[in-house]
Amino acid sequence: MAHVWGMILKRLALGVVTLFVVSILIFMATELLPGDFAQEILGQSATPETVKALREQLGLDQPLLTRYLSWLGDILRGDLGNSLANGNSVSELIGKRLGNTLYLALYAAAIAVPLSLTLGILAALYRNTFFDRFANAAALTSISFPEFFVAYILIFWLAGAGGIFPSMSNFRTDPTLSEFLYRAFLPALTLTLVVTAHMMRMTRAAIINLLASPYIEMARLKGMSPIRVIVKHALPNALAPIINVIALNLAYLITGVVVVEVVFVYPGLGQLMVDSVSARDMPVVQGVALVFAGAYVLLNLTADVLATLSNPRLVHGR
Amino acid sequence: MSTDSKEVLLTMKDLRIEGRADEAWLEIVKGVDLTLHRGEVLGLIGESGAGKSTIGLAAMGFARDGCRISGGEIMFDGIDMRASSESELRSLRGRRIAYVAQSAAASFNPAHKLIDQYSEAPVQHGVMARSEAEGDATDLYRRMQLPNPDEIGFRYPHQVSGGQLQRAMTAMAMACRPDLIIFDEPTTALDVTTQIEVLAAIRNIVEQFNTAAIYITHDLAVVAQMADKIKVLLKGEEVEEADTPTMLSAPKEDYTKSLWAVRSHMREEQPPVRDSTPIVAVRNVTAGYGPIDVLKDVSFDIHQRRTVAVVGESGSGKSTTARVITGLLPPRRGEVLFNGEALPADYRKRSREQLRHAQMIYQMADTALNPKLRLRELIGRPAQMYLGLQGKQLEDRIRNLLDLIELEPDDYIDRLPSELSGGQKQRIGIARALAAEPQFIICDEVTSALDQLVAEGILKLLDKLQTEFDLAYMFITHDLATVRAIADEVVVMKEGMVVEQGPKSEMFQPPHDPYTELLLSSVPEMDPNWLTELLEKRAAAG
Repeated sequence: MAHVWGMILKRLALGVVTLFVVSILIFMATELLPGDFAQEILGQSATPETVKALREQLGLDQPLLTRYLSWLGDILRGDLGNSLANGNSVSELIGKRLGNTLYLALYAAAIAVPLSLTLGILAALYRNTFFDRFANAAALTSISFPEFFVAYILIFWLAGAGGIFPSMSNFRTDPTLSEFLYRAFLPALTLTLVVTAHMMRMTRAAIINLLASPYIEMARLKGMSPIRVIVKHALPNALAPIINVIALNLAYLITGVVVVEVVFVYPGLGQLMVDSVSARDMPVVQGVALVFAGAYVLLNLTADVLATLSNPRLVHGR
Repeated sequence: MSTDSKEVLLTMKDLRIEGRADEAWLEIVKGVDLTLHRGEVLGLIGESGAGKSTIGLAAMGFARDGCRISGGEIMFDGIDMRASSESELRSLRGRRIAYVAQSAAASFNPAHKLIDQYSEAPVQHGVMARSEAEGDATDLYRRMQLPNPDEIGFRYPHQVSGGQLQRAMTAMAMACRPDLIIFDEPTTALDVTTQIEVLAAIRNIVEQFNTAAIYITHDLAVVAQMADKIKVLLKGEEVEEADTPTMLSAPKEDYTKSLWAVRSHMREEQPPVRDSTPIVAVRNVTAGYGPIDVLKDVSFDIHQRRTVAVVGESGSGKSTTARVITGLLPPRRGEVLFNGEALPADYRKRSREQLRHAQMIYQMADTALNPKLRLRELIGRPAQMYLGLQGKQLEDRIRNLLDLIELEPDDYIDRLPSELSGGQKQRIGIARALAAEPQFIICDEVTSALDQLVAEGILKLLDKLQTEFDLAYMFITHDLATVRAIADEVVVMKEGMVVEQGPKSEMFQPPHDPYTELLLSSVPEMDPNWLTELLEKRAAAG
């Protein structure tokens, strides 16, 4: 077990380095965008003098390096800075939205992960049958359409005239759990349709990959039922790749849901990111990017730890 | 061992099994009959492709993916297996008929503890409760003479050695006290010294529970120890069947006689070289991985046109020695001399010329050849890289090499490895090593994955090439028959140390080092009483 802890510490340290690199990249990328916050906010009619004055006021006239270092210094003190647009603290802005994003991601994951594991196992069990082909075709179809298209189709069917679910999931005050589940159902379902195919197909492939192993033949020769052979004998050895794909998809649920948030008017982090980029609101962009990068680092780390723990050869020495 | 009075347990009549090759079904078992009585052990022998395992599995009503039982009758204790449903067959498998696979290391599920895998069949078949099965497991582990029987079940397969795993697998097969066990080459993957323990344990337990068994192997001496009667198979057909003593003393068919014959290839031992500089000299090498020294102060010489066989059990350091010589593993102390000059310890620091002169042939030709490359590229690449051959010259060289390994160039030059048999693949491995025109070749267990007759062809070829090109061989093997066939000198290794070395003739004559003696006496002999007598002798010696 000691080496697992060692791995966690090493990976966390590497994660901090990753975050640092990401912050530099984001800083430079936003610098490459035409225009800056002062121009954006003052609009077409602004005189050069007012733009200059605003820049000086916000410190945007400073050289890139100076601005980056001062931002970095604040971060190290635990201060994400304030939004240029409204002066609110970035951590507060993110905090509100992050909660929403995580709830939605969790909601979608709670449907998608068990669903895709079950479908994957069943597809492996009934491989090359009608069920297998149908499940594959359906999953591939849903992943092949753009998210917004899936979202609008769902709205058309489930929300439109006489629909059951609301097409807009914005809520003004803190919703109760049941209200949240009800209002966020369509975005969660859209996301489920988007991520299921990947996880299901990996589950199926990872299991089928093992079916030629001698220990699988042994299980069959011990008279074990096909479902037991798959679930007890193949699945435990197929966990590592499956866990990794699940982690990637969970990261996607946190960071990649901008389009779905826009369609359903869901107040999540993705929308905040897009708004801030178009407003050149640097501190917010940086803050959100760090949260996204952090989510990736943590999820991948979790996946690697779980994959290690799923392999007795790595947990129990000789 | 009269079996006439006993009850018949299993019969097969005109059994036919087909395997799928490309788009057509091809018959691989062509009408085999078989009768097995309760408590009787039948040995099935033959080369690979003879259909031994396929017949063994058919006794469980099982055909591997891509195979199907296409004709004939299989009756097990009054049950017509071919008419039984899949779920009826499942209730027989593991409960009344059990299976012991060739490689226990691969056939135990790496994700579960031994005792969980032991308990699975009895619990799932409703024979015993889990706690009962665990107690029973300990009892059987003890009967199989496993160390720490109370504790060993709680280990994962990777924490147990190969010989112990094979015994644990036999114990697992016994879990439901089946009427019949199929042993599919259970000791083929083991060292001779370990093999004895496993053979003795298997024979003992089969007798204790009066279990009938089908014992599949290609090793005649092994089957002679285990079986009451022997059936010889060739390409899916029966050659002959008789009780063991008759079969050993008076085989009828020519094919059986050819199997029985002592290996015909035997190299004349070349006299040892005393005064010239050896091609390769290993000098006081100590090497290892991590904190452990795998090799301890190993020294030996290999001279031009000589074959030095390095023998020992797995883990004795044979392959590690090869890794040190080739520079894959820099030694901690000591050095390797090539024609009297010290080689850089790390292969990355060696010159192309130094690399060219030490080539390697591997045990598993299957994994040592890139499956995506044609023979032209596989053999051509070293000739191109080391000798700078191009165009017509290269083409001629490749054809010449194929000629040397006795494969028709026009036929083979554009084939992929997957289009070759095991023996042919190994020949390509040889041609690839020769392509560099080396002075020295390391042969790492090159025949141990091959059938006896095929292996003999490879040994003859290596011998011929040695004379033709003045090669020096280092021949790593655990098979003493191979040593007898090909070596000039022998180096016996144990636990990373050289325990004995010298000319072959001396090595096979007493007095031996105790370990060499153990190795030599562990090689099974054709005499059916060999195992019994050996065990008695060892017991008497304490």
